[in-house]
Amino acid sequence: MDDSTSNMEHNPTEFELNSTVQRMVEKFGARVEEFRGDPTLEVRADQIVALCQTLRDIEGFEMLVDETAVDYWPAEAPRFHVIYLLRSVSRNQTLCLRVPLDGNEPVMPTMTGVYPNANWYERELWDMFGIHFAGHPDLRRILMPHDWVGHPLRKDYPLGYEEPQFTFNYEQIQARKLNPKD
Amino acid sequence: MGIEKRSGNLPIPDDQTNSTTKTGNMGVVTARIDDIVNWARTNSMWPMLFGLACCAIEMMGAQAANYDMSRFGMELMRASPRQSDLMIVAGRVSRKMAPVLRRLYDQMPDPKWVISMGDCASCGGVFNNYAIVQGVDEVVPVDVYVAGCPPRPEALIHGIMTLHEKVKQERFKLVG
Amino acid sequence: MEEMILPTSEAMLDGMTHLVSERALEGETLLLNMGPQHPSTHGVLRLLLELDGEKVITVIPDIGYLHTGVEKNMESKTYLKAEVMTDRLDYLNTMGNNLVYVLAIEKLAELDVPPRADGIRVIFTELQRIASHLVWLGTHALDLAAMSVFLYCFREREIILDIMEMCSGQRMMTTYFRPGGLWRDVPSGFEDAVREFIKIFPARIDEYEALLTRNPLFLERVQGLGVLTKENALRWAITGPMLRASGVGFDLRKAKPYSGYEQYDFDIPTQTAGDTYARYQVRMEEMRQSLRIVEQALNKLPYGPVRSNNRKYVPPPRSELGVSMEAVIHHFKLWTEGFNPPAGAVYSAVESPRGELGVYLVSDGGPKPYRIHWRVPSFDNLQILPMLAKGHLVADLVALIGTTDIVLGDVDR
Repeated sequence: MDDSTSNMEHNPTEFELNSTVQRMVEKFGARVEEFRGDPTLEVRADQIVALCQTLRDIEGFEMLVDETAVDYWPAEAPRFHVIYLLRSVSRNQTLCLRVPLDGNEPVMPTMTGVYPNANWYERELWDMFGIHFAGHPDLRRILMPHDWVGHPLRKDYPLGYEEPQFTFNYEQIQARKLNPKD
Repeated sequence: MGIEKRSGNLPIPDDQTNSTTKTGNMGVVTARIDDIVNWARTNSMWPMLFGLACCAIEMMGAQAANYDMSRFGMELMRASPRQSDLMIVAGRVSRKMAPVLRRLYDQMPDPKWVISMGDCASCGGVFNNYAIVQGVDEVVPVDVYVAGCPPRPEALIHGIMTLHEKVKQERFKLVG
Repeated sequence: MEEMILPTSEAMLDGMTHLVSERALEGETLLLNMGPQHPSTHGVLRLLLELDGEKVITVIPDIGYLHTGVEKNMESKTYLKAEVMTDRLDYLNTMGNNLVYVLAIEKLAELDVPPRADGIRVIFTELQRIASHLVWLGTHALDLAAMSVFLYCFREREIILDIMEMCSGQRMMTTYFRPGGLWRDVPSGFEDAVREFIKIFPARIDEYEALLTRNPLFLERVQGLGVLTKENALRWAITGPMLRASGVGFDLRKAKPYSGYEQYDFDIPTQTAGDTYARYQVRMEEMRQSLRIVEQALNKLPYGPVRSNNRKYVPPPRSELGVSMEAVIHHFKLWTEGFNPPAGAVYSAVESPRGELGVYLVSDGGPKPYRIHWRVPSFDNLQILPMLAKGHLVADLVALIGTTDIVLGDVDR
């Protein structure tokens, strides 16, 4: 039953993450923030690919667990933060990276060269936030229909909430509708 | 006189050969055509597999052994719309899926019925946002709405039986 | 047999023309749409297949047919109201979704959880894992035409759903775990019901194994299919049983334990072959291990409260409302505004039956989550489907979709 021949069986003790973080700070000048015991490295967009390459090849972070973004509208600079979560299976560590981006049509280098599974994540970020990834092999919408206009997860995109009609607001809602059903 | 049930080959006894006895084995049944057609339709209504999300799991549970839907005639679920007559929209319909739903509905031959299973299909459910069609009746005409999130298999079966009641009310008009 | 020149319709390709080979556009290979409605796609997944006869050349998955906008919708609800939407993401692992969301809030707010609540959470999460694997087994076998396994699996699942209904009132979408503990304590019939389940279930797993594990028809279809090497699994961030079947024994329950998993003794089943059969074996063994955890958790379950005492986050019991003014004020604040965790961003992950399920929660100090992102295992597991399917037959595609164990509610969110 249990054929585990790999040497990656884990016990819950972790390797010291701080030395890795220190080396990255020295090499790339990243900013470190610690919250609830997890460090976050903040770097610029032009450094992120090199940083991830170093983390993957030298520090042993084999997996890109997640790539997501946060929209801080109405703050313009930076408006978006792109967040990468890396995991090292061999050392049992998780590291979070943040890249602040300015403006409403930001452009970022793609991570698909370092971690191939970033392909769909970046498509989703393009779809939901409008962040363009330079060098991505196939950047098109993934979750919304291909002819959808707008980027839904941006803060200035409306929720699309349909107001329930009761008797007290029935007239107002009917007046607002384009073609009210009889 | 009452109708006596006899098997086909037994001889009729002498004291019962008067003309007022109906033996009942003449092989003729009379009924209204509406009833026969509706009986045939309700007792073998084949649903089309249209399980989208969580309600699909409860629909599968209703089809499985504990809450068997086969007892009501729905022995198989046909994947092809051309071979089914009931579409149970089980789950939330997103805006990307709505044209597909309409197309499948159009591909079903008449007579066809639609059950909207669950809250998301009936009215948008928990999700009142840009991505979900607020009630599948914006896209296809619905006959029975089954509420619940997800509705229990028994609720789905109750919805199906309500549909059967509805179908039994249908009447034909002679076009001529 | 005459040459069949098939027209390639632009509408079907929908902007994906650059992904199919030249032969498809000329009509030499067949472009087939395995559409969103299909019995074997386990949900609404559209696969665009390029076929050369029966061999698959390319598979292009097209997702988004179940996109629900959950991430955006949760931003406009308070934390507790948004929890209702979490059940409906990966609808086969509903309590696992609740668990990861609640763990994220607890990490953010540094909220304590009493040990009895932890124990009950573990019991339910493992029962949910068994229920999810039963659905996987039933539908996987159904796709490979072993139909009776489906009926047997759902019979066991009904027992688990009865236990869930007994405690929370709902069969699937329970929302039973709350920040700070549980909604309410388990009723008195709970322990007997779980013990009854523990007693009968091992024999049932043996029944399924007797039907499938050495069945030559099943073996013929799944052995050697969709081999995933260890390097590829790590590069493409595959987690869960798919990773463990390729030789990497990584399980978040052992690596980064949560909710008291470190006190239970269980094994992580791994295989090295990396094919569909190995994944089947891993999942079957996981069901047995989950049962072991349930038994240990039930034996070790301590007495005590099931909700934290932190009244800023957990409402007071109703009996207290009659005697304490603070309780009324806390109750009022929690019911009108909701709780306000401190500002910051956390990531918390659990081991779902499919892999690593994680929540990245960004809070700005208000009562609603500022940004919540779900790291879902099926998203990554589906990404490698084209790689696994290359060179296999169309009929194998069905087995491959089953073995990746994707849930489209997860993929599309």
